[in-house]
Formats: sequence, structure tokens, C-alpha cells
Amino acid sequence: MPRTDTAVRADRVDAAGVADTAARTVPDPDPGPPAPTKRRPAGRSKAGWVLPPVAALGLVFLYPLALVVWQSFTPEDGGHSTAPYAAVLAEASFRDALANTVLIAVGATAGALALGLVLALVIAFVPFPGGRALSRFIDIFLAFPSFLITLALLFLYGTAGMANGLWTDVTGAASGPLDFLRTPWGVLLAEITYFTPFVMRPLLAAFSQVETGQLEAAAALGARPWRIIRKVILPEALPSLAAGGALVLVLCLNEFGIVLFTGAKNVVTLPMLVYTKAILDGDYTGACVVAVVNIALSVALYALYRTVVARTAPRSGSRTGGVRRRAGA
Amino acid sequence: MLVHSKGARRAVWILFFVLFLPVFALPLLVIVAASFATSWSGALPSGPTLAHYQDIAHGDAGQALLTSVLTALAASAGALTVGTWAALAAERLGRRARRLVDGLFLLPVAVPSVVVGLSLLVAFSQPPFLLNGTPQIVIIAHTVLVTAFAYQSVTAALTRLDPAYEQSAAGLGARPGYVLWRVKLPLLLPSLTAAAGLCFALSMGELSATMMIYPPDWMPLPVQIFATTDRGSLFAGAALAVTLMAATLIVLLGVSRIRTKAAYR
Repeated sequence: MPRTDTAVRADRVDAAGVADTAARTVPDPDPGPPAPTKRRPAGRSKAGWVLPPVAALGLVFLYPLALVVWQSFTPEDGGHSTAPYAAVLAEASFRDALANTVLIAVGATAGALALGLVLALVIAFVPFPGGRALSRFIDIFLAFPSFLITLALLFLYGTAGMANGLWTDVTGAASGPLDFLRTPWGVLLAEITYFTPFVMRPLLAAFSQVETGQLEAAAALGARPWRIIRKVILPEALPSLAAGGALVLVLCLNEFGIVLFTGAKNVVTLPMLVYTKAILDGDYTGACVVAVVNIALSVALYALYRTVVARTAPRSGSRTGGVRRRAGA
Repeated sequence: MLVHSKGARRAVWILFFVLFLPVFALPLLVIVAASFATSWSGALPSGPTLAHYQDIAHGDAGQALLTSVLTALAASAGALTVGTWAALAAERLGRRARRLVDGLFLLPVAVPSVVVGLSLLVAFSQPPFLLNGTPQIVIIAHTVLVTAFAYQSVTAALTRLDPAYEQSAAGLGARPGYVLWRVKLPLLLPSLTAAAGLCFALSMGELSATMMIYPPDWMPLPVQIFATTDRGSLFAGAALAVTLMAATLIVLLGVSRIRTKAAYR
């Protein structure tokens, strides 16, 4: 079956990959045509090419991660046990951080999805001059680190910032009414701002595949815009929306720069707790325990995200592009 | 095309800009405005000055910018090499092995950057690798974090590549190395430069892992920005942030130019 070679090979890279596997894994007692005997040594040497980069990754990423897990089971007083976990899980600060992280991440994801959906709908379906330039601007926005947003919010809504300054100018009051930046709401606002473009990119890609004819037909049949969005556009975009949402959820769970710049003592998330424990307290075992919890949470969600993307990819044809960017901060 | 009446369309656009401007445009503008100011107590900043930028030219910040650029260059070069190599090799693998390699190289995206920093700190503070306190550990961290993006953009470009070029070259008797060097890599060049720009930008802005591991003599710009704003010098911090954004933008624009050039070759 895999040896109807040229047609299969020319087809697509993925298809060729499948053919390769089949040729290599199916035990073939009778060599048959000369192709497989020729291909087998080549296949093995090709597999060997992947080893150097994987080894490099193993050395600087997997080996350190394994050590983190190992250290999280190593109490300060020697031996190996789950005692560090018991100790950290019993801390109120850890439970608060966990709750904070999940609540802020879920809230920010919901906010980013809502805002991103509205903005992407307008850019795609109520086009205006300069809309393309705007989506390019959003691309550039994604290249900047997240903590810049918190810095900007300080000048916008901080105790001495634009909004409060406007208020004091107009009313003559001594100080403005806005003072939420050092609360979870400040982190939430910053994360929604920063992560909305991550939702918009895959959505815009999905919207560009919606057929205009369908919309025109629905409109000609008397459907109102709201109904068209609900019945025609959203079903098409749902996978991208899910993928974007899952990605943003992971990124929010891992976000550190925004929380660090907020500088609030009472807004502690898991990554912040890892930093505090390791760098400020010097408690590496505790930091590793929190890190393992954070990794488990994020990696599980990310696996879910990859499944969603894998399921949508064959249909939309393009790799929705959502993963492409993960700002380092 | 969704909203046909003129008035309704205008209403939608107004709603769009009411949402868009404060969320995306204003943050970048206020940082630029603040970087030229000494105080901000009214609606607009006051006390125009260039002092923050002059300080950057003379003080530690210039050193921090250089540190960031060097780190980003090294990290992007490393990430591009490893990511491209892995993507090219993974393309040849069977489906299952390929999925495994995909998973491995995308894992750094899912793991929190702070944890990547912590893990390097734990691993390279003990024998056999003692790198703690050296610039190399910062570069390694950045490379780990951006390799996933290099890998992913090259993989995406490879799936779009028409296999016919490669096949005809091979059919005409070119050796695999020659095909790779003269056919595949030139075809991939636009994606490679785009990936390089992305890696550079991400590395320039990396803060989370860097905060965990930077040695005092290798302090990248984001850390300097944090240190500055943390001691209360918000306006000097804004000037540093503008410097960071400008440096990133210049590189991105330069790369996009290469990209269009390459596209027409």
C-alpha cells in the first residue's frame, strides 16, 4: 500500500510522512520491489539527523526540568519524600496564589475572547479604510513585551495619571477616583489588553475563510446581522475561538511580567510565588513544588489546546497561527 | 458587507474605535509621551525634557541595551539553527515520531518562563555544569524560550513548500546536501528571516526567566526597566521602554525588508 510511491509522495508532505512510517514500521518478510530495501538505511540515517537538536533541547530544557521535579521531592533535611508538597500545600499563601492565578486567568481569557471577537468581527465584516494597517499594527503590538502594558496603565489610570488627572482638572478635587491598579483588577485589565490580539489573529484567519456569498444569501433572505453572526459566522469560527481561548488561558496562567510590574503585595500568582520563594526567600525546594504545580496546570491545558488545533487544522487548511507568538515576558 | 445601512455602519465603527483606541493605541502613546515628561498630574504630562534620553546615552542603560541586543542576537542565532535543523529533520520522520518531536519543541511554550529560569538555575548551579552567574545562562534561557517559535514557523513553512522543486533537483541527480543548501534553504529564506525577527523581538522583551538568572554584570534592558520603575522613576523607565520598543521595531522593519526582497528573488 505505501509503495504506490510517486503518486503518494508527490501528494503532500504529510502524506509522504505517513508513507515513510508505513514503509519503515511494517515488518516486511518479503522485500518485494527494490524500493524499500533502498529506502530503509536512508530512513534510519534520516531519523538520526533529528538527534542533535533533540539532545541540545534535552540538555538545556528537559534535564533542568527533571531536576526541578527531583528537587521538589527533596526536603531541606535530606532524603526524598512528599513532605515539601505537604508543607507548601498547607500554606495559605500558596492556596491564595493558586486561586488568584486561576481566577485572573479565567477572567482575562473571557474578557480577551469577548473583546477580540467584537474587534475581529468589525475588522473582517464591517471593513473600513485602514483596517489592514490596523491588523498589522496588532502584529507589531504582539512583538512587545507584556510588562509595557502595566507601565502604560500606570500613566493612564495610576494615582497620578491621565484619567485621574483629567478628573482633578475638571472637578478640582485633590485626587482622582481611580485606584485599582494594585488590585487584581489592574492585573486583569492589563492581561485582557495584552492577550486580546492572541485571540484576534486566529479569528481573523478563520473569518477570511467565511464565504461572502453565504453572508449575502443570508442577508438577502432577510436575516439580520446578529442572526447572521450567530448562525453563519460563529459556527465557522468556533474552533479558532476555542483554540485562541485555550492558548490565552495557558499564557495567562504563566504570565509574570504584568504581575511583577503591578508591584502589589496582595496580588500573588503562581509564577510570582516561584520567583518570591526562589529569589527573595532562597527556598528552592518550595519554589520547585510551586513550579511543578504550575507546569502540571499549564501543560495539561496546552495539550488540550494542541488537540483543538490539530482537530481544526485539516479543515481550515492553515495552522491557525495562534501559537506562533508567545511573547517571552 | 454585514451592516448595510450607513448609519449603523458608522455606529459600529465608533464602537470599534471606542474599544480599540484606549486598549491598544493609547498605552503605546502614553509611554512615549511620558518618556519626554517630568511629571503627570493633569490630563496631559508636563515638564517636557530630554533628560531621560540623555541619561540613557551616558548611564548604565546604554550598557543594558547593548546586553539585550547581544543576548537577542545570540539567542536568535541559536534558536534558528536548532529550530530549523529540528524542523527539517522532523519532516522526514514518521507521523508518530514527528508528533513526539513537535511536542518536545513546543513544550517550552507551555512551561512558564519563570519555571524555565528556575530550572536552569537549579541545573546549572551544580556539577557537571557550573554556569550560574555567567552571561551564557541568560543566553541559554532566551534560546530555550524562543526556539519553539523558530521551530514552529519553519515547520509551517515546510508544509507549504512545494515538494516538486526538491524532487526534481533530486531527480536530476543532486545529492541531499546540495538540495538542502541550494534548493530548500533558499526557498525557506523568507520564513527564516521572519522567524529570526520574531525570535529577536521576543528575546529583547524577555523578563520572566531573566529575572530569575541574570548576573549583576549582564543585566538586559527589561530588567533595567523594572529596576528603574521599581525605585519610582516611572518617567526614566518610560524612556527606557521607548528605547526597547524602538530597537525591536528597527530590527523587525529591517527583517520585513529582507523578507520582501527575498520574496522577489
